[in-house]
Amino acid sequence: MLKVQNIRAYYGNMIVLKNLSMHINENEIVTLIGANGSGKSTLLKCIVGLLPPSQGVILFQEEDISRLPPEKIVRRGIALVPEGRHIFAPLSVMDNLILGSYVRSGGQGKKEIAGDMERMFEMFPHLKNRLKQLAGTLSGGEQQMLAIARALMSRPKILLLDEPSMGLAPLIVEEIFHKIVRLRAEEKTTVLLVEQNAEMALQISDRGYVLETGKIVYQGSREDLLENAEIKRAYMGH
Amino acid sequence: MIWNHEFETMPREDVAQMQIERLQSTLNRVYKNVPYYKQIFDQLRIIPEEVNSLEDLEQIPFTTKTTLRDNYPYGMFAVPLREVVRIHSSSGTTGKPTVVGYTRNDLKHWSELMARVLSAAGVTKDDTVQIAFDYGLFTGGFGFHYGAELIGASVVPTSLAAPEKQIHIMRDYKTTVLACSPSFALAIAEKMKDLNVNPNELVLRKGIFGSEPWSEKVRDQIQKAFFINAFDTYGLSEIMGPGVASECECKNGLHLFEDHYIAEIIHPDTGAVLSPGDTGELVLTTITKEAMPMIRYRTGDLTRFLVDPCPCGRTSWRLARFTSRMEDMFVIHGIKIYPSLIESVLSQVEHAAPHYQLVIGREGGMDELEIHVEVSENSVIDEVKTLMKIQDDIKSRIYEQLGIHVKVKLVEAKTFERAGVKTGTVVDLRNQ
Repeated sequence: MLKVQNIRAYYGNMIVLKNLSMHINENEIVTLIGANGSGKSTLLKCIVGLLPPSQGVILFQEEDISRLPPEKIVRRGIALVPEGRHIFAPLSVMDNLILGSYVRSGGQGKKEIAGDMERMFEMFPHLKNRLKQLAGTLSGGEQQMLAIARALMSRPKILLLDEPSMGLAPLIVEEIFHKIVRLRAEEKTTVLLVEQNAEMALQISDRGYVLETGKIVYQGSREDLLENAEIKRAYMGH
Repeated sequence: MIWNHEFETMPREDVAQMQIERLQSTLNRVYKNVPYYKQIFDQLRIIPEEVNSLEDLEQIPFTTKTTLRDNYPYGMFAVPLREVVRIHSSSGTTGKPTVVGYTRNDLKHWSELMARVLSAAGVTKDDTVQIAFDYGLFTGGFGFHYGAELIGASVVPTSLAAPEKQIHIMRDYKTTVLACSPSFALAIAEKMKDLNVNPNELVLRKGIFGSEPWSEKVRDQIQKAFFINAFDTYGLSEIMGPGVASECECKNGLHLFEDHYIAEIIHPDTGAVLSPGDTGELVLTTITKEAMPMIRYRTGDLTRFLVDPCPCGRTSWRLARFTSRMEDMFVIHGIKIYPSLIESVLSQVEHAAPHYQLVIGREGGMDELEIHVEVSENSVIDEVKTLMKIQDDIKSRIYEQLGIHVKVKLVEAKTFERAGVKTGTVVDLRNQ
């Protein structure tokens, strides 16, 4: 579904991604692990069009999207749940969700969007109870769920999740990861997860890649990564 | 039967993507962790992050057996020894042994690949598999063992027990699949004849043979001796052990496991990468090995790629059957001769058995090759005239196909076995 080939990306003069290749197949959950500053978020930004790669190609369903602007990429079905959530704080939960469906407002009927809203409420009951509440007053965990729900309102084919566990209590993180698993099972969403909490993320993933200073140094099945001693030591504290 | 549909029937574009990803991470890892590779990459100014395609692999120098020997024993390992859960090595009869290591993941992958090898030959959990490969530092026994266990077959690890014992076990324990080297299979077959054991007394139905090159003629012999379907499999311990490439039921070349290895065919002298279809030396790069990744390892084995689709449904490229190791090669009149080419000529001749010896001498300053070949057992040759015709036939075919004049000496059937001489040996008298 998504193929990244040899991309090189810079912030100004500083090279962040050096020759990165990876892929994600339909209906997979793939996790990208790596230390702070290894380039994980940068990769997501490249995919979604916020940072064009200086070299290399990103293919989404065989189309080269590496030079497209973000709005065109989102319309093609890639949604990003950014690091730090970035929900629209002064707006209500409801408005946040409505804005999430913005890319669809031109074509599809209000009924479908309403139907999706219902599914979001069913999946994230906390949100249903707080529809009129200002998003900025939600707890961290609720904000994360709102950010995910908002991204889902665009009916993405691929969901990019940047550090969903950051700053959240372990129980909430568990709940969020359960939701991700449900999403894949029920909505058939494909998920690319970027996480520092490598162990938890790998538990729900099919495959993973390990990023170190802008380069992929290891990849494999979930079992491969969970078994590899060096990865366990570096990223899971064993 | 395909063990792993996802990887064995992967569309070619997806194979290419997967290979480049795995190659890049392997290069990054070896550069970081293996001093030998860091040193030569730095020396030649090769930067792993500039390898963007499989063609870029060509800038990287070859790794050879000498490299491994120079870094004996653990110099080529990419992980600390505490993560190496298994060590195997070659026998070391021609120099220092080459040592190889495996992490837990490496062993897991090895088992899975061997399950593919067995499944490709139609082995299932209902089979009883007799493994007559050496269990020990050699990789053959353990490799087959893991694959057979993973499939759930009943494994009988006879290792290199004497042929008579192998036969009794095959008969009494109801072995259905035999795994061993082709020459050991022939030795067991000989023993069966001596003991008057009829293959019908066995329930053997197939065999997987490897660890040395063997011809179609030998395959035919084995199949007839045991009443089985015989499959070829290829591997080498420096890369994994058995589990590099293997035959499917179509017997149309050996399917390469491209999710674990990148293969290239090079010209043995110049090192240039050849086009698919040309015969040359097989060079392998591991793309999933953790403990001891190998980058462009020269195998010393000659083959070519077969890229037409195989009816079995596997999408991988195949390797033509191996019939020779480069180290067996010798030079006569300035021409390089591979014993396997001679063997293939002999297999075209009706009364010649696949048992021969090559004697190289020098007569009057000129190199001379004399082929001693056994007459096949079932041939009834009662006239000297016939013998001479066979000799001439061999001589003219060799000249036609290899371009050299040779002398041919026909010997009685079983001469070599009685003398304890392995078939295909080359006796070079020139330096004596």
